[in-house]
Amino acid sequence: MSSKRIVTCTVNGREESFLCKPQQTLLEVLRDVLDLTGTKEGCSNGNCGACSVLMDGKVVDSCLVLAVECEGVELETIEGVADHGHLAPVQNAFLENAALQCGICTPGFIMATKALLKQNPNPSEQEIRFSLAGNLCRCTGYDKIIRAVQDAADHKIA
Amino acid sequence: MRDFEYEAPSTLDAAVALLAEHNGSARPLAGGTDLIDHIRTDRLAPNLVVDIKKIPELNILEHSADGLRLGAAVCCSRIYGDETIRQQYSALADSASIIGGIQIQNRASVGGNLCNAGPAADSTPSLIALGATCVIAGPNGRREVPVESFCVTKGKTVLEPGEILVELKFPSRPSGSGSHYRRFIPRNEMDIAVVGVGASVTLDGDTISDARVSLGAVAIVPLLAKEVNDALIGKPATDETYKAAGEVARSIIDPITDMRGTREFRIHVTGVLVERVLREAVARANS
Ligand SMILES: Cc1cc2nc3c(=O)[nH]c(=O)nc-3n(C[C@@H](O)[C@@H](O)[C@H](O)COP(=O)(O)OP(=O)(O)OC[C@H]3O[C@@H](n4cnc5c(N)ncnc54)[C@H](O)[C@@H]3O)c2cc1C
Ligand code: FES
Ligand code: FES
Repeated sequence: MSSKRIVTCTVNGREESFLCKPQQTLLEVLRDVLDLTGTKEGCSNGNCGACSVLMDGKVVDSCLVLAVECEGVELETIEGVADHGHLAPVQNAFLENAALQCGICTPGFIMATKALLKQNPNPSEQEIRFSLAGNLCRCTGYDKIIRAVQDAADHKIA
Repeated sequence: MRDFEYEAPSTLDAAVALLAEHNGSARPLAGGTDLIDHIRTDRLAPNLVVDIKKIPELNILEHSADGLRLGAAVCCSRIYGDETIRQQYSALADSASIIGGIQIQNRASVGGNLCNAGPAADSTPSLIALGATCVIAGPNGRREVPVESFCVTKGKTVLEPGEILVELKFPSRPSGSGSHYRRFIPRNEMDIAVVGVGASVTLDGDTISDARVSLGAVAIVPLLAKEVNDALIGKPATDETYKAAGEVARSIIDPITDMRGTREFRIHVTGVLVERVLREAVARANS
């Protein structure tokens, strides 16, 4: 039996230390150890993007990262997006555009959108669709999500 | 997921020693986009996972007069984010930007894509077309193998237990050269190639003076299509030449029928893609 390791990293701006086994994914540790259940599990094999988080500023599927790989990294999850209880512009844009129905894909889409807009503040529709191809949604049909991202990019919504 | 130990050595020697010590029951971990799922689904059952991302040699991305050195663990987004790769080794940038979505591209390495030895791996035809060589380190020292000889069969490479792919070495690009990779998939993105074609051409005026074409997903391993190269070298860079090359490609493959496409469809698409990829590679060589 492998023994537990202690991992120290920054989660949503706060230093956290947690114990985990080498075979635990970052997704499992976020949800089951750190109680950050905003990050969702869809497929657990990298296809759906529901588990998207930012790792050192880059969007990754947390189901395909081992928690032990996170020593010293900076993580941002959906819980870190709102500012002191005020929704961030990206979150408001999703609400205003009704870009969610059941909502299970939404945290992943918001994290992927954050990463996209940081790198490319004015993406074309084509660029948005391409960048969000790693996030699946079974409810909305995507158009409303694309519009939300366009609104967030235009800063139409504060 | 099954129990395993995890080590993240900071030197190549330490990684090779760990892998050798475990004699086949240890696996290198790069981006984990194949490995983690393979462990979860019991296709692989390592006792030790050796994270190779902290080893400097495996993260190298260096251009010089000799060409390009690309560490085996460099992720796709870093590859297509490199301006010189985009301009000079365009086929490699093409491949890196269609592997999975952005979440996958931020983790998946071309080294891992090659070591996973999938018949439809999207980077391998580009590596072959660009003439890349694998630099391998193991308990008995270093050796080099051309990429077209690296995959032995589906899921198996020439790597012996304890060996690790360190880097891919690409020769410098002659002036007047261009390259491209394209695949056929039923969706726009996030799918596995039905056929993939990589090509590199060098032009002398309007004549093709050198060509390397590689075909993916039409055999158990990606192929260097020597007969297609021969049909191109010395010929004028015209649609007629590309069409003839596509016909040669069709005649040398023996693909399977599966859920992604029938044998007949794969043969047809291979010819079409060869033509299109050559046209684009030549356009890039001219620009
Ligand atoms: C949702 C999704 C979509 C995908 N889409 C595509 C696609 O469109 N096209 C495509 O080609 N692939 C696709 N893939 C697969 C692709 O992500 C992988 O093949 C990837 O490139 C492997 O690299 P990695 O760094 O993640 O390797 P890992 O998963 O870390 O390793 C892969 C294998 O190679 C071994 N290995 C890794 N590095 C070395 C090394 N340096 N030396 C020796 N052995 C090594 C590992 O032990 C493991 O067996 C997709 C995967 C997912 C999950
Ligand atoms: S749960 Fe990670 S990609 Fe689906
Ligand atoms: S809102 Fe239900 S999956 Fe996207």
